[in-house]
Amino acid sequence: MSLTTAHSVVAPSSNAKLIAGTIIIAYALISIVPLLWIFATSFKTPPDSIAYPPKIVFQPSIEGYCNLFTTRTRQTPEYINSLGPATGFCDETVRKRNMVIAGPSNFLPRFVNSLIIAFGSTFCAVFLGTLSAYGFSRFKVPLADDLLFFILSTRFMPPIAVAIPIYLMYRELGLSDTALGMILLYTAVNVSLAVWLLKGFIDEIPREYEEAAMIDGYTRLQAFWRTVLPQATTGIAATAIFCLIFAWNEYAFAALLTSGTAQTAPPFIPTIIGEGGQDWPAVAAGTTIFLVPILVFTILLRKQLLRGITFGAVRK
Amino acid sequence: MAEIRVQNLRKAFGAFVAVQDSNFVVEDGEFFVMLGPSGCGKTTTLRMIAGLELPTGGKILLGGEDVTMRRARERDIAFVFQLFALYPHMNVRKNIGFPLLAQGMPAAEIRSRVEETAKLLRIDHLLEKSVSGLAGGDRQRVALGRAIVRRPKCFLMDEPLGTLDTEFRDLMVHELRELHNRIHATTVYVTHDQMEAMSMADKIAVMNHGVIEQFGTPREIYDRPATMFVADFIGSPPMNFLKFGGGLAKGVKEIVVQGAKVAVPEVREDVAPADMALGIRPEHIRFDDGSKLRGAIYGTEYLGTTQIVAVETADGIIKARVPAGIHLSPGEQVGLTLSSARLSLFEKGSGRAVRTAIHDQAAEARHG
Repeated sequence: MSLTTAHSVVAPSSNAKLIAGTIIIAYALISIVPLLWIFATSFKTPPDSIAYPPKIVFQPSIEGYCNLFTTRTRQTPEYINSLGPATGFCDETVRKRNMVIAGPSNFLPRFVNSLIIAFGSTFCAVFLGTLSAYGFSRFKVPLADDLLFFILSTRFMPPIAVAIPIYLMYRELGLSDTALGMILLYTAVNVSLAVWLLKGFIDEIPREYEEAAMIDGYTRLQAFWRTVLPQATTGIAATAIFCLIFAWNEYAFAALLTSGTAQTAPPFIPTIIGEGGQDWPAVAAGTTIFLVPILVFTILLRKQLLRGITFGAVRK
Repeated sequence: MAEIRVQNLRKAFGAFVAVQDSNFVVEDGEFFVMLGPSGCGKTTTLRMIAGLELPTGGKILLGGEDVTMRRARERDIAFVFQLFALYPHMNVRKNIGFPLLAQGMPAAEIRSRVEETAKLLRIDHLLEKSVSGLAGGDRQRVALGRAIVRRPKCFLMDEPLGTLDTEFRDLMVHELRELHNRIHATTVYVTHDQMEAMSMADKIAVMNHGVIEQFGTPREIYDRPATMFVADFIGSPPMNFLKFGGGLAKGVKEIVVQGAKVAVPEVREDVAPADMALGIRPEHIRFDDGSKLRGAIYGTEYLGTTQIVAVETADGIIKARVPAGIHLSPGEQVGLTLSSARLSLFEKGSGRAVRTAIHDQAAEARHG
């Protein structure tokens, strides 16, 4: 008994644990309520979504998702009755509101754009970042410190500060509203973060590993591939998550530089509001779906992320 | 296997010269140890032989071939690192087989070679284990396995026992030497530990400030140190120095130290008057009340069969190794007798040893 209640230098007291636990739970609740509200709204009918007082218990419906993926036109009841039987649940729901489905909405192509641009730019940033971080870490690069500072200095101002020059440049170069243009832009923003994060990780990997491999008959590139890369996976995963979160959520440049074929989901989702009244369930549905990829990616790599945010301080 | 010939090897990092015009030959099948304090250039020399650093000047020949500017992977050597550099993402089998994979050897042959090597090192029961769970000694064996599996021209080892516990270290010293006796691989071994060097080496090079102070067998280095640095670095406790003045002439057999006449090996060269030092190993000092060379007991260190006695003389403290049975109390006045045949003489300014009969006897013994 005396052992378990004895004062310990390292273990927190039970009171401290209780206070810490309460704060964490409160913070978690505050953070998660808006997300839960969006998730709930996406399954409400439009009248339920604007009901006052707000409905916490409601009859779930996938009308929001139907509206998100389709465009609809208002028709007279006579016309609707003249059509054949409804072909699916969405068709049926829409007809109840005196509308018919006119075709698919732009959400799916916009969502695919987001996937291509975010994952494409993340791949490029991490790929370039790993190579340059390795270079800075292992070779005598002339003016290495100045170069690293220069790379970091690209983050000193908010990227949007250079929006107008970039807009003009992109128009001139024909990169406006192209996936390639957006990938280049996000890569440029993220690569500085990637270089700095990864340099920290690669510095921690003893160079003896590559030296051993090179003495054992491998070229430097093979040695890098077989000994450095497998040990840098933690850092690479953490860096990839940071890059992906930025590219996935980026709104300002996307709104400015994309309007049609290359538009990403963030600037698209607000436009839903304008189509046929304030369709909050459709907006919430779009937001919910938009959250899924980053959620899955983060959960898959969460172990690396936890290690990663300690910036390479912890290594197995 | 091959001999290693190093000629005028030099390495500078900016203004700092890490290795100065080194020359030595490691003969085929020899166990060669580079010994010196940290920062003396021994690791840099080893890395140049490996091809991990390019020399500023000089040549390195492996088996008669000039490899000075060749890439590490083209030199056919193996390197054991201080921290072993075992790949944590591979198991023991893959670690040992890694160099063979580079040669594009068929999988079946890699398998049999790895197993043969593992058996030689008695780690065949560990092949499927992850390297991160291994004990220090076993990690060391895996690192050795990765080195010998390829049967390279020579082995280079950079303080491979530096991180092991004392217990493992003694065991591995014996194992390494035994392994060397079995496979007769030319080995260059870097260490700052004189016990490792003395117990394993065929030849030792003692380095200091980028310069090889002495190159020779452990016995030569211990008995006939070429410089005061070597005399001071080797031996525990190290060689004692007593200063004396005046020049030396060929044929001198006696010098005067602190007013006492001391017989020394016959001097074989003329030395201009300068500050000189007489070097005495602790075990070559006996207590003898009749001696004119005197001092007071300062302290004793009991070691079981012997004891180290510190004696305060007019020229500072000197240490003697005497049988443990003699009882001595601090402050007691004692006379010291030195074993004349085993003394060394040094020029204090340059630290260089004066040529005496000891050197000539050794040379005769070698040639005769």
